[in-house]
Amino acid sequence: MDNKIIHWFKFGSPQTFYPLAGKMVPWFWALAAIFLVVGLWLGFFVAPTDAVQGEAYRIIFIHVPASWMSMFLYVVMACWAGIGLALNTRLSSMMASAIAPTGAMFAFLSLWTGALWGKPMWGTWWVWDARLTSELILLFLYLGFMALQAAIDEPRRADKAGAILALVGVVNVPVIYFSVKWWNTLHQGASISMSKGSTMAVTMLWGMLVMALCFWMYSIAVALMRVRAIMLERERHTDWVKYAVE
Amino acid sequence: MQWNSIGEFFAMGGYALYVWGSFGITALALLIEPLLLRKRQSDVLDSLRRELNADKQQRKPE
Repeated sequence: MDNKIIHWFKFGSPQTFYPLAGKMVPWFWALAAIFLVVGLWLGFFVAPTDAVQGEAYRIIFIHVPASWMSMFLYVVMACWAGIGLALNTRLSSMMASAIAPTGAMFAFLSLWTGALWGKPMWGTWWVWDARLTSELILLFLYLGFMALQAAIDEPRRADKAGAILALVGVVNVPVIYFSVKWWNTLHQGASISMSKGSTMAVTMLWGMLVMALCFWMYSIAVALMRVRAIMLERERHTDWVKYAVE
Repeated sequence: MQWNSIGEFFAMGGYALYVWGSFGITALALLIEPLLLRKRQSDVLDSLRRELNADKQQRKPE
């Protein structure tokens, strides 16, 4: 057998992943802190005032990264849940459960900051348009995944039921992304596109990207912390947990 | 830099409520989540240690 294959599967078991995750957490916190300082500095002190929106546009530095993370985390969560369902690997399913609350939080923050941006710019906190509604559905998918898992006592059954919900819900992610193209909407189009590049000032763009990196590192740190707690809770009667605690 | 004073910075060109309302709630959420997780972790560890000690007590000969 190839040694490398065995090596990778080794980290697929909770008892080897638990200490590894514990070692990784502080590094991701440090990276998140660095990107936070740089991102906020760019966002508040380097990026110029917007010609149309004045200072209100600065909400973009958290609104767009939070929205990206809410969608990205959903896809990652669904992938882990799908792997757990297909290969019956329990750590994959635990990763999915560990990501869900953070994804839900970013979906909420996306809606919250969007409302606070919409009020001064559109004159309303909320409209039932495609972009906003599909992001709200994303929040409900996260909450539904968490509620479904919480409602089933047996963890492995909860993993399977949650995985199916998560996988079906993936269809919503491209709907959110393309909603500004497919339907007439109050929401502005993408600030960054693969084909046309960016339509923003360079410093604004960098502020946004660095804040996105900050949220990314934050999400990894928090997901690893949560998966560690989940591992201990679920496997409390196993020997490795006893050794890990001692 | 476009700010002439601290007051001007906090006023955010008249959009203080919206800008600080966004950043404030985000900061709060990103602060509370790891704190709750730290508590969850220490709660599990506490209960596991208690269980383990109880086991040891039981096994100890009189």
